[in-house]
Amino acid sequence: MKRSLFATLVIFALISLIPPAWGGQKEVPRDSLKKPGHTLPEFVVPPPPLSKDLYPCSQCHADMEPNPTRRELTFHTEISKGFNHAKDQRWCLDCHNPDDRDKLRLASGKLISFEESEYLCGQCHGTIFRDWKYGIHGKRTGYWNGKKVYRLCVHCHYPHWPKFQPIKPLPPPKKPYDIKYRRLSEDEIPRNPIEKILKDIQ
Amino acid sequence: MSIFNPFINFFRVLRQVVKGNKWYYAWVGLLSFFILLGLVAYFKQLQYGLIETAMRDQVSWGLYIANFTFLVGVAAAAVYLVVPAYIYNFKPIKEVVLFGELLAATAIVMCIMFIMVDLGRPERVWHILPVVGKMHFPASLLAWDVIVLNGYLAINLFIPFYALYKLAHGREYNMQIIKPLIIISIPWAISIHTVTAFLYNGLPSRPFWNAAVLAPRFIASALCSGPALMLIIFQIVRKIYKLDIDNKAIFKIAELIAYAMGVNLFLFAAEFFKEFYSNSIHLAPMKYLFFGLNGHYNLVPWMWASLLFNITAFVLFLLPKTREHFFSLNLACVLVIAGVYIEKGMGLVIPGFVPGTLGEIYEYTPTMVEKYITIGIWAAGALIYTVFLKFMIPIYKGELRFKSSQSKQVG
Amino acid sequence: MKDREKNRILTKHISRRDLLKGSAFGLASLAIPIGKADASFWEAFFQKHFREMNRDEVKAVIARLEEDYYKKYNKRFNIKTTEALPGTLFGYGLDLSRCIGCRRCVYACVRENNQSRDPQIHWITVLRFKKGEKWVNDLEEAEKYYYPDEVPEEGYFYMPVQCQQCENPPCVKVCPTQATWKEPDGIVVVDYNWCIGCRYCMAACPYGARRFNWGEPRIAREEINTNVHYLGNRPRYKGVVEKCTFCIQRTRGNPGRYPACVEICPVGARKFGNLLDPKSEIRYIIENKRVFRLKEDLNTQPKFFYFFAT
Repeated sequence: MKRSLFATLVIFALISLIPPAWGGQKEVPRDSLKKPGHTLPEFVVPPPPLSKDLYPCSQCHADMEPNPTRRELTFHTEISKGFNHAKDQRWCLDCHNPDDRDKLRLASGKLISFEESEYLCGQCHGTIFRDWKYGIHGKRTGYWNGKKVYRLCVHCHYPHWPKFQPIKPLPPPKKPYDIKYRRLSEDEIPRNPIEKILKDIQ
Repeated sequence: MSIFNPFINFFRVLRQVVKGNKWYYAWVGLLSFFILLGLVAYFKQLQYGLIETAMRDQVSWGLYIANFTFLVGVAAAAVYLVVPAYIYNFKPIKEVVLFGELLAATAIVMCIMFIMVDLGRPERVWHILPVVGKMHFPASLLAWDVIVLNGYLAINLFIPFYALYKLAHGREYNMQIIKPLIIISIPWAISIHTVTAFLYNGLPSRPFWNAAVLAPRFIASALCSGPALMLIIFQIVRKIYKLDIDNKAIFKIAELIAYAMGVNLFLFAAEFFKEFYSNSIHLAPMKYLFFGLNGHYNLVPWMWASLLFNITAFVLFLLPKTREHFFSLNLACVLVIAGVYIEKGMGLVIPGFVPGTLGEIYEYTPTMVEKYITIGIWAAGALIYTVFLKFMIPIYKGELRFKSSQSKQVG
Repeated sequence: MKDREKNRILTKHISRRDLLKGSAFGLASLAIPIGKADASFWEAFFQKHFREMNRDEVKAVIARLEEDYYKKYNKRFNIKTTEALPGTLFGYGLDLSRCIGCRRCVYACVRENNQSRDPQIHWITVLRFKKGEKWVNDLEEAEKYYYPDEVPEEGYFYMPVQCQQCENPPCVKVCPTQATWKEPDGIVVVDYNWCIGCRYCMAACPYGARRFNWGEPRIAREEINTNVHYLGNRPRYKGVVEKCTFCIQRTRGNPGRYPACVEICPVGARKFGNLLDPKSEIRYIIENKRVFRLKEDLNTQPKFFYFFAT
């Protein structure tokens, strides 16, 4: 439970990353998203935040027999214990392809890569998927009249526990009664708390 | 020799102003002290910025603008003397009209000073002028205010100075020059106060100001406080300079104040009813003024005092018995001045900002710097008016005469 | 030497207790400066309105300002004067169903736009409302100073407010010196060298969006953003009004970047684009979501659209 919470927070922190972090990353074409009559903005989607220890999944799963039974996992315990994503209706292999673990599987049986996981989420969250395509759902960086950097669903929502975790707000503004002339040396000038947050992310 | 006459005359006036008895020096000394205090406070404000005041983003105007608004009213009230004096030729008032006009000019000068100390960048004030600056006319009501205030100042300096100049040369002034100016000055006086009211009135973001009754209320209350101030000044002048000011003039003006206060109270009642009966969200500022809002009630005692003062003064001015008795008359004058000063000063400016546009309540209480500067400007105004009177009255009484080539009279 | 002396007066602050001494310095600052070193004082004093300067005059002013800023912050500034792109009218969308009230936008804005750290100036105000209580028209229930351990809080929602970049801006209408105006791309800007600090615009703004420099603005040297626009985030002066410009220094460009508040928002509640481009995100929001604008009864016609994605 605690670890999954931690994982969520880590992922949450990731979303605040600034675009240059993905500057040179491979861009996955999204032509299949386009439909006649609709114009999508020009955008790139960075690869998902997968841990090198766990991905590719085939590192371990290549030699393992898929077990479709619903159970308490002995490995990936942080996922199975914290799992909170329509847990009564869903199990690992509804999304993860049993035969080739490096792929995800749509309800239609079509296999997709982890880089284009939005199709998988979009199966259920259709309206959000649509908003996402047009740049309305989710964080965007880049250029309003040029190339935009999108985020995958999983950049912000930990897929096994997609609900956002609360965060600490930054301090409130000073009350007008407290705004007074003060003698301050250069070092005493208050620093912007956002600097620390930006530093922590990088 | 005649080319030196203006200089000689100037020195005569200067001598008249500089010379005086110990009471005169004491009075000027006292005023100078307060002016100095104001100047010191103003230099502090210049150095550190308006952070030295209690104004903040939530309440961005305060004591300075409150005083400005009150003084525009005082200035506008000169018209109350001009109309009976020149249009109806009511002799007793005609004799004192010059005092009123000079008071108006002094009040405008004080208005300009209050605006100047309120500016964040006073050295850039020329940006507001046409041609050299970039006056936003006709869109900005402040641009209108610059025009009407300066125009009114010019009129109210020209008429008395022209009349005095002629008097000093022992000549009767030319009514053909004065008359058109007087005719203009009547709507102009109304306009300075209307424009100042519109300055607030035109802001839909501030529901308390955005009421059509605001301009009429401004005029009505101005016609109370200004003449009341004059009545007091007349009596002082009469006493000090042994000047013959007819009681009839004083009682007539007092009667006119009663009518103006009646209208003022009625308009206030109309506003009060509308807000409280409709009980919409725009009631908040009015509630703040008279009953307090969410535990904030800084202005409540002041507002009730103001209302009480105004009603009492109304009664005192209205009844011939109290109106024509100097104790009650002077009491009424003081009450009116105080009542209107509260109502149209802080009682007008602050509820425009409380609650703020985003619902915040910041209770503004002026700092010492603001108070010193305000006192300083009032002292400066009093000094200007004192100096005016000092050379005006001897001329008026025929004691001071100018040297001129045509006139043989030498003072 | 003279310059150094002047800097000392500017940076070191004189004891406020010593009123007389302070007033002497005030007098000194008022005194007419004589000599070559103060030529820039007169150039600044007589600087024309931004829109009345020709290209060469603008260039000279920019050079002088860059020099002034270098003296003050010991950093090289790049002051842009980029004009509005043809065919753009900026619009902003804010998804109230997503905002969690974390105030990242407030401080990212401060960082990007060089707001004074002391006395504190924020261009964005985040309001908190209790669910089910009145809001939108009556903002009296709004709480601006909330500071819980974590947001979002149970039973509350949040509404950030900043300059709404009205099409019909009351602040512009009332400015007596035309120191603030609406640019062709819809951004309401201030010429900080023309503003006289009368604060009439602050009285006129229905959104509490305008901020005044009550004191000398101060920012730690290392936190200064030197990539600035004349009409936007360049350091301001004591006694002038400032406001959000949709990050004019970032957004005016081809390609132009998103405003800082859009990019920092961790929940993607903030959207930005060209209202004249039917393919823009903001147009998609207006055409497909339910949008509302703050205080529409005042007919200010903001280009800031609040919406609910869900």
